[in-house]
Amino acid sequence: MTESKELQVKDKQAVSTPAEQTRPGPVFTPVVDIFENDNEIRLLADMPGVKAEDLNIDLRDNILTIVGDVQPWEKGTETDLLIEFEIGRFYRQFTLAETIDQERIEAKLADGVLSLTLPKHAKATPRKITVATA
Amino acid sequence: MVISRDFFFPSWTRGSLFDELGRMQQQMMRLSEALQPRLFGHPTAGVFPAVNLTEDKEGYYLRAELPGVKPDALDIQVSGRNLSVSGERVIETEGDGVRYHRREREGGKFSRIIGLPTDIDAEKVTAKMKNGILTIHVPKAETAKPKQISVA
Repeated sequence: MTESKELQVKDKQAVSTPAEQTRPGPVFTPVVDIFENDNEIRLLADMPGVKAEDLNIDLRDNILTIVGDVQPWEKGTETDLLIEFEIGRFYRQFTLAETIDQERIEAKLADGVLSLTLPKHAKATPRKITVATA
Repeated sequence: MVISRDFFFPSWTRGSLFDELGRMQQQMMRLSEALQPRLFGHPTAGVFPAVNLTEDKEGYYLRAELPGVKPDALDIQVSGRNLSVSGERVIETEGDGVRYHRREREGGKFSRIIGLPTDIDAEKVTAKMKNGILTIHVPKAETAKPKQISVA
């Protein structure tokens, strides 16, 4: 069922200018899966190193913004021998086509993966309309 | 080899022609390097997962980003100076009636061996997984630790 291919290294995608940056340090685009069914939109984002308290999710005017900060973990006494990836802020924005019930949004962060459930408004869920024939 | 070259390229152009080809090859290499800028200018081994290796006086710290990998799906082994990390990242498939808008996260198997510069204390290697970051602490062997020499 699950494909067991070899994983390849992918460079973390750096964002050039997400907005006016006032903080130093690189900004990366997290890779995401987004899928929807009739009732909700689900979003999974890989954000390794982000703690729950450093994660910010914002939805306004149908624009969903995800920002996660990674705190540096190295102790001051460590010297670098091999650096293959950098850490920095994760940032990504999405425009949502559907109206989302903001009250019922659920976010979960486990093992560095953010899982976001965005329930659609009741009026946006498709309803089968039967046409009565006279 | 020499015969065939003489056959295809008359001797009077050979020197200048190969000089010219060499120059072109160098220019092409410079061009292709310029077209593929390394993001950070860090050389990578190109093997998943990308790791950061640091050291202090006592030992080495190996860190890798492995979001969504459960600790029991990891296999970490030490032999000699080599540290091997392998495992599998499983992306759960969703049920029917689901429409995908983005599918960027990838699952699969991985295996990597990292050679450490000095002897290590294999008995005291510890590993932990937190927020999708794997940290392996590898203490150096006593013989590999720096010794402070006091001057009398």
